[in-house]
Amino acid sequence: MLKINQLHKSYPIGDSSLHVLKGIDISVEEGEMVAIMGSSGSGKSTLLNIIGMLDEADTGDYILDGLPIKNLTEKKAAVYRNKFLGFIFQSFNLINYKNAIENVALPLYYQGIKRKERIEKAKFHLQKVGLLDWADHLPKELSGGQKQRVAIARALAANPKLLLADEPTGALDTKTSHEIMAFIQSLNDEGKTILMVTHEEDIANMCKRIVRLRDGVIMEDKKVNQVRAEQYV
Amino acid sequence: MFDIDLWREIFQSINMNRTRSLLSGFTVAFAILLFAILFGIANGLQNTFEEAFVDDADNAIFIRSGLTTKANKGYQAGRKIQFENEDYEFVKEEFGDDIEYITSRVYKNLNASYKNEQNTYDIRAVHPDHQFLEKTLVKEGRYLNFNDIQNNTKVVVVGRMVETDLYKTVPALGKYINLNGIQYKIVGVFEDEGSEYEERRIYMPVTTAQKIYGNNDYVDEISLTYNPEMNSDQALAFGNKIQAKLKERFSVAPSDQRAIRIWNMAQGTKQVDIMTSSLTVIILIIGFGTLIAGIVGISNIMIFIVKERTKEIGIRKALGASPRSIVAIILIESIIITAIAGYVGLLIGVAVLELVGPSLEVYFIKDPGVSNTLVFGATLTLIIAGTIAGYVPAKKASRIKPIVALRND
Repeated sequence: MLKINQLHKSYPIGDSSLHVLKGIDISVEEGEMVAIMGSSGSGKSTLLNIIGMLDEADTGDYILDGLPIKNLTEKKAAVYRNKFLGFIFQSFNLINYKNAIENVALPLYYQGIKRKERIEKAKFHLQKVGLLDWADHLPKELSGGQKQRVAIARALAANPKLLLADEPTGALDTKTSHEIMAFIQSLNDEGKTILMVTHEEDIANMCKRIVRLRDGVIMEDKKVNQVRAEQYV
Repeated sequence: MFDIDLWREIFQSINMNRTRSLLSGFTVAFAILLFAILFGIANGLQNTFEEAFVDDADNAIFIRSGLTTKANKGYQAGRKIQFENEDYEFVKEEFGDDIEYITSRVYKNLNASYKNEQNTYDIRAVHPDHQFLEKTLVKEGRYLNFNDIQNNTKVVVVGRMVETDLYKTVPALGKYINLNGIQYKIVGVFEDEGSEYEERRIYMPVTTAQKIYGNNDYVDEISLTYNPEMNSDQALAFGNKIQAKLKERFSVAPSDQRAIRIWNMAQGTKQVDIMTSSLTVIILIIGFGTLIAGIVGISNIMIFIVKERTKEIGIRKALGASPRSIVAIILIESIIITAIAGYVGLLIGVAVLELVGPSLEVYFIKDPGVSNTLVFGATLTLIIAGTIAGYVPAKKASRIKPIVALRND
């Protein structure tokens, strides 16, 4: 599914540069649910952004679903992002002047799918996250948990191979966090590959594998017994 | 290719971000509005100028004679110079190539009567060309012709007010008019755009007046129009040449200012030309300035819009938007807003000119208005400027990494 070899990334800071990722090796199989952990500045978000093609590595190999991801043109990167990846952000990143169903349908628009079909598919995914009744509401009329569920529906809409989540519960209270996690777990149960960044131990334990980063290197990579989130809901 | 979904995206964006759309539209509308009003007022001023000189032919030269003020070639000062028919012929012969129309004038002031009505009128005894010099409009009948001059016929052409004064409601054409005891047949009635005063005149053949009222060849004034293709400098030189030739003919000292007097319309035309052309320059500067202000306004708004939408651009890119679609969505939106706002500004500007226009005549602004071509041109310029101004930041925004755009809060 995903294979990363000797990945390096540094950011220029004034005259010097900050070496954020110092040779990362990792591979993820289909159906896995991986948590990337680490304190702030450990490089976990940078890694996720590179995997998500939102950012580019300096050196190293990254192969996604058999395709080498390197020196992509903007246009090609856009096509790959649209086809392979679904994003879930800490701050939801919904477009504020579009209602829930329009937000969910947006990736389908960029796939060139006809409007009628887009709406149908978006409805299906909204129903899946239990928000069909809120289809016509703008993001500002939704609660945090609802917004994140719309964002998840949007991430699922294009039927991506890999779901990337950057602190998906970071802006939510504990109860809502558990609801969202329960839903993400159910997606994984259906076979979706999920990669998430978190700094919360209990959220990480709801995944099947934990990768710990410190100062740009992988400290630990272990499989864990998944804690089901339903029990807290 | 027409992409309905793209347009749907754009109209949603315009509609849902009304404040932004209205503000940027307002800038454009205001620039076009100012542009239209300024140009309209300027055109109004120009109309006033042009109208002030519409009465008489604006390429006319009038030549009169007087007393000499200087002794010359054995003649004493104070000699009276009198033009005669020969002098009219001389000018016509000598300068025929550059002359458009030419006429003699003999002035009389006679008592006119018809039945019980009577009044005193200015009589001008002239050649047929006079009609074009004075821009006399023959309302009924005809003007004087060559035959009248040849045969000293006793015919007159009277002004509209003469008809009203003496004939009341009866048509004057074909009737006789008594001028100091002599009967003339009215062969024409005329109007003049100048004033009612000019319509209280009577024209008769110059030869008739010479024969009846003095039995001489005397001419009070020679009037002519020069070739209209001459510019005002050439026309002034032409007038001076005629004056010099006539001074020579009458043995008048070249420096004598009184004996042969010339009044050249080119003198006034030149001043009006200078006035209008400086006005045009001022207008162009103002119009250009307004446009520049509009362009700067648009550019700022475009930069602001792109800045404001950076995060949205990041989201769209994360969801798979190509750089081209990002540029398209921003640019087309700005073009639509500019076009609509420009049209609104144009409409308001034209409406303001229509409404306020008539009351501005006191300020020498007549029929203010702008040509549609001009305003469409200005709107188009703004659209193009807005497109270029928007393209640079839009292109830049489409290139930034989505992660940078997403971080932008």
